[in-house]
Amino acid sequence: MNLHEYQGKLLFAQYNLPVSKGEVIFSANDAIEACNKIGGSKWVVKAQVHAGGRGKAGGVELIESPDQAVEFSKKWLGKRLITYQTDKEGQLVNSILIEECTEIAKELYLSAVIDRDSQQIVFIGSSEGGVNIEDVAKNSPEKIIYKGIDSNNSNIEDDAISIAKVLKLNDDQTKQFIPMIQNLFQLFIEKDLSLLEINPLVITEQGNLHCLDAKINIDANALYRQPDILEMHDETQEDPQEVEAAKSDLSYVSLDGNIGCMVNGAGLAMGTMDTIKFFGGNPANFLDVGGTATQERVTKAFKIILKDPEVKVVLVNIFGGIVRCDLIAEGVVAAIKEVNVDIPVVVRLEGNNAVLGAKILSEADIEIQSINNLTDAAKKAVELAE
Amino acid sequence: MSILVNKDTRLLVQGFTGSQGTLHSEQAIEYGTNIVGGVTPGKGGQKHLNKPVFNTVEEAMKEVKPNASIIFVPAKFCKDSILEAAESGIKLIICITEGVPTLDMLEVKKRVDNLGVRLIGPNCPGVITPGETKLGIMPGSIHKPGSIGIISRSGTLTYEAVKQTTDLGFGQSSCVGIGGDPIPGSSFIDILKLFENDAQTKAIVMVGEIGGNAEEAAAEYILNNVSKPVISYIAGQTAPAGKRMGHAGAIIAGGKGTAKDKIKKLKECGVHVADNLVSIGAKVDEVLNS
Repeated sequence: MNLHEYQGKLLFAQYNLPVSKGEVIFSANDAIEACNKIGGSKWVVKAQVHAGGRGKAGGVELIESPDQAVEFSKKWLGKRLITYQTDKEGQLVNSILIEECTEIAKELYLSAVIDRDSQQIVFIGSSEGGVNIEDVAKNSPEKIIYKGIDSNNSNIEDDAISIAKVLKLNDDQTKQFIPMIQNLFQLFIEKDLSLLEINPLVITEQGNLHCLDAKINIDANALYRQPDILEMHDETQEDPQEVEAAKSDLSYVSLDGNIGCMVNGAGLAMGTMDTIKFFGGNPANFLDVGGTATQERVTKAFKIILKDPEVKVVLVNIFGGIVRCDLIAEGVVAAIKEVNVDIPVVVRLEGNNAVLGAKILSEADIEIQSINNLTDAAKKAVELAE
Repeated sequence: MSILVNKDTRLLVQGFTGSQGTLHSEQAIEYGTNIVGGVTPGKGGQKHLNKPVFNTVEEAMKEVKPNASIIFVPAKFCKDSILEAAESGIKLIICITEGVPTLDMLEVKKRVDNLGVRLIGPNCPGVITPGETKLGIMPGSIHKPGSIGIISRSGTLTYEAVKQTTDLGFGQSSCVGIGGDPIPGSSFIDILKLFENDAQTKAIVMVGEIGGNAEEAAAEYILNNVSKPVISYIAGQTAPAGKRMGHAGAIIAGGKGTAKDKIKKLKECGVHVADNLVSIGAKVDEVLNS
């Protein structure tokens, strides 16, 4: 689960990390009061969306009067911001972060991830910040340091010092940097983060370290023990079909094609998409209906798939494991009737009692193409989608 | 021979009396698995499926001497259940449950490694040695004793590979689902090592998917250490970047972990890659009969 920048900075502040004085507003009416509360004569206004590249897209501005904050808020609130990281629809802006202006001397980069190879939390630092880190990694890898933190974090001070060297921090800044790394590590562990990125981490004109941005991703599997974080969830930032699927405990990702897919198991769901592509078609979605594939779940899955107006045919691919194929077939037939599916449905059932399952499908008084072999089923779906 | 489990495996079921534990224990017993008992805290002393129930793994160790355990407890209790089994002396632990927090797994992985415990999963279908024993949720009927070792990050894709190798008459020595999480208890390499040393295994099928670097690392390992032919299939060639595809570990992040890169690396290291999931069996046939 992603957080907005302002939410990330609230967490940073809780962990004593240096962030700008700021206010978040949800209405242009609150812009003037927010600027006055922050004080000063220059502010930065930032549209809050779950995507990077906001600056280049016009979602971040430097302003010199509270009236400009009102203007900016009116311009963006309720609109969609399109950046290089969003799709062509962009992301809905429903809040604006107003911050005091920071005078920047230098931009750096700092992040932390769970590294799957070394199986530990790794900090990544670079003396080049404010730019795409993947580009730095490609063009000047010597400017990047990766530092794994061992789980009892006994050497974290030394680790922080080695990162500080690559960031070319002076003694004063290094003294600020050590507790910063310790606090970020604490935050990472205590709040079940899977990613944390500060781009840029800046050195101010006064020579101090300051977190100018905050990107945080939380491990979805750990949300049950993070009630405060769960409250920060902003579902307007996600695909509405994906949100609805998640509420039904279905794993769904929408894609660009026109062949709806309903599959049991994440791996097989990906494999089915690939098979459709292999035979010249285009999948409309990834959908894992889960191991049990009951009538209730299949019904929900049909409803979600059919919300996509592009879908011309649905390919159901179920490998019946413990649950017998005849039971799955009955569920599929009942679900198609309940949802009133009016486009062709191709069903491939394999596994336990597959023959009986196919018989139930072909004898049903609705139109279903029952094809036991995945190659033929995929080819049929591609043909029907053309 | 086979790997990890065989007819002598004495299995303890953690989360025995819950709905998942009950369903899959019944199926396993029917397959011939020797379940010696189960653990459900608070239900010690009862009988379930005609087997004794214990409050703790330690009690079960004293009474029925299991040498493997399978875990069906909810995700939030998995860390404690795995560590309880590991610290009680069980050397093979299979965790079926999906949804274990990644930070729990970082801690668990370190502890089980230090204790010399083999952990399979979480978020996996388990391990089966066809004709002997089944420690998992896979449908027993599609398997057949034979010569192919199968390793996979996905449950239903494993079943596809199993079905295809059964239909072509090869059968399987053992099948291991290592699970779809970012921090799995065992890696492809851990299991490749076991299959390489297993006389019954003539060829290995490795089913991977997008996300992480495990297939690339396995490819390097195969090049230098595995003499048996390895056939691979990678799911997710059409998966978009930045989206989690069901499994917690199946995500293309920062341009890394794509199917294309994995397939390229596997081919460079001499692995036979099936270009489609329906042709895994045919690829095995081609490699073994050419």
